[in-house]
Amino acid sequence: MTVSPTYHTWRMVKSRIMSCVAFLFAMLAIAPLGLILFYLIRAGAGSLDLSFFTHLPKPVGEVGGGMANAIVGTLVLLGLAAMIGVPTGVLGGIYLSEYGTDNVNWWIRFGADILNGVPSIVWGIVAYTLVVIPMKGFSAYAGGVALGFMMIPLVIRTTEEVLLLVPNGYREAALALGISRWKITIQIIGKTALKGIVTGVLLALARVAGETAPLLFTAFGNRFWTHSLSDPIAALPLQIFTYAISPYDDWHRQAWAGALVLMLLTFTINIGVRALTRGKLAGVPK
Amino acid sequence: MNVPVTVNNKKPGAPETTRKQMEPLSPATVAGAPAPENAPARPTPSSEMAFDVNRLSGWFSGHQVLFDLNLQIQAKAVTAIIGPSGCGKSTFLRCLNRMHELVRAARLEGKILLFGDDVYGPNIDPTVVRRRVGMVFQKSNPFPTMTIAENVTVGLRLNGVRNRSILQERMEKALRMAALWDEVKDHLDRPGTSLSGGQQQRLCIARALAVQPEVLLMDEPASALDPIATMKIEELIQVLKKDYTIVIVTHNMQQAARCSDYTAFFYMGRLIEFDKTEKIFTNPSNKQTEDYVTGRFG
Repeated sequence: MTVSPTYHTWRMVKSRIMSCVAFLFAMLAIAPLGLILFYLIRAGAGSLDLSFFTHLPKPVGEVGGGMANAIVGTLVLLGLAAMIGVPTGVLGGIYLSEYGTDNVNWWIRFGADILNGVPSIVWGIVAYTLVVIPMKGFSAYAGGVALGFMMIPLVIRTTEEVLLLVPNGYREAALALGISRWKITIQIIGKTALKGIVTGVLLALARVAGETAPLLFTAFGNRFWTHSLSDPIAALPLQIFTYAISPYDDWHRQAWAGALVLMLLTFTINIGVRALTRGKLAGVPK
Repeated sequence: MNVPVTVNNKKPGAPETTRKQMEPLSPATVAGAPAPENAPARPTPSSEMAFDVNRLSGWFSGHQVLFDLNLQIQAKAVTAIIGPSGCGKSTFLRCLNRMHELVRAARLEGKILLFGDDVYGPNIDPTVVRRRVGMVFQKSNPFPTMTIAENVTVGLRLNGVRNRSILQERMEKALRMAALWDEVKDHLDRPGTSLSGGQQQRLCIARALAVQPEVLLMDEPASALDPIATMKIEELIQVLKKDYTIVIVTHNMQQAARCSDYTAFFYMGRLIEFDKTEKIFTNPSNKQTEDYVTGRFG
């Protein structure tokens, strides 16, 4: 059957229009990213200098100073969170993929998905009740616990997913060699999925790095260096929050710079993830 | 598991040492590297039975897939299992090294003796059974994170062998036995997955041989390979049967005829006929067997 030339042309035009519309909306979806970056760089880059990374905040009225303590504080909090979130999440994911029975797994997955949707302020309250009240004070520990708890469901689900991507043939081959179950899980299946697991952990870290609410009444913030993990500690999102609601222009500029640094931090993590997963999907062969 | 337990399941001819081997191997025993030709640890005279399968039935959930199988598998010979798809060939094979029980809701009844030892005995560790009964799968599956050398030695390393010279020696020996040494000896540190399909399958055979099993189960080892790679695997089987008992599941009747000494014909979960390969293919006693081997069904 032949198609008349006009009909053919009309179809081509329709196809073009639809592609354009789809492209337009795709652009619209990523436009906020571009706008945020553009605005952050315009407003923050000017206040970003070496002393921003090396100096403590100056008292009100004095010009200069930096957010060194907040940058280090955020890294410390992420470290503490990882110590809670990574082992629990990874082992939980291993349980789901390698050991659990269907019934138990259903409940764990359900629980993890619900936890993923818990508002971050609630995690702050949990950490406040579990850590701040017994320790009678705000502390880095409390902030780490709040962020760590937030990481657990994220890491559980990504770990499980990448482990399930490892073909069953490898498990069978290893079992047929008379290797014990836990050695297979760690040395063979875990290693095969390692890139994917690391990716999941990094994404979870990037996700919690920018959280402010759970830190408000756990880590609390600190204008100076924190010398003990049981003392309040500064964090970038907290510092940005404090500076942004202050009445001082200089602090506003610093808040912009802080936001830019925080954005770059999560950006770097995400780019690291891209580099890790380039080529094969999460290192798992087809 | 409803396995009938008898007090003395040892056959009169079974060697005294076999009972010992069912106990978990200490790393030292594994590391001792008793080579089959110079160590009398596993004497298997050619008339001996490797497997004695008694009234074996198997289920997946409520669905019965194996019906009351009885057969004896000769040591140091090749036994082929043929039959149409879904007849229980692979399930039977996986009962021999306790892989069947890994499938959820899988169950079996009956008794399997491996050189006189009850494979499903009450105090038997399945991992020890699997070290004695190696397995090669339809789809070659070298571990993707490991080099060629690491793939061969993984069974030893993860069972506690650390001595480098023993690992090196066993690796070379296993690769030579699998007729792969000459092709890979200059790049043992390349990934196992960099090899061709046929080479990968021989690598998997070497990996299974490195732990020095007594029996090698092969589940359609050549069905994904081209004719030349298939021929190499078949030649290899002929060499390996001097030292090992081989049970091979195959869809390919020519392959069964070419490389096996005994052939079992399975149909719908039942053992229809089991005899010398020559007899099965030239003068089968059962009509169904005759129809199958002459290509009239299946």
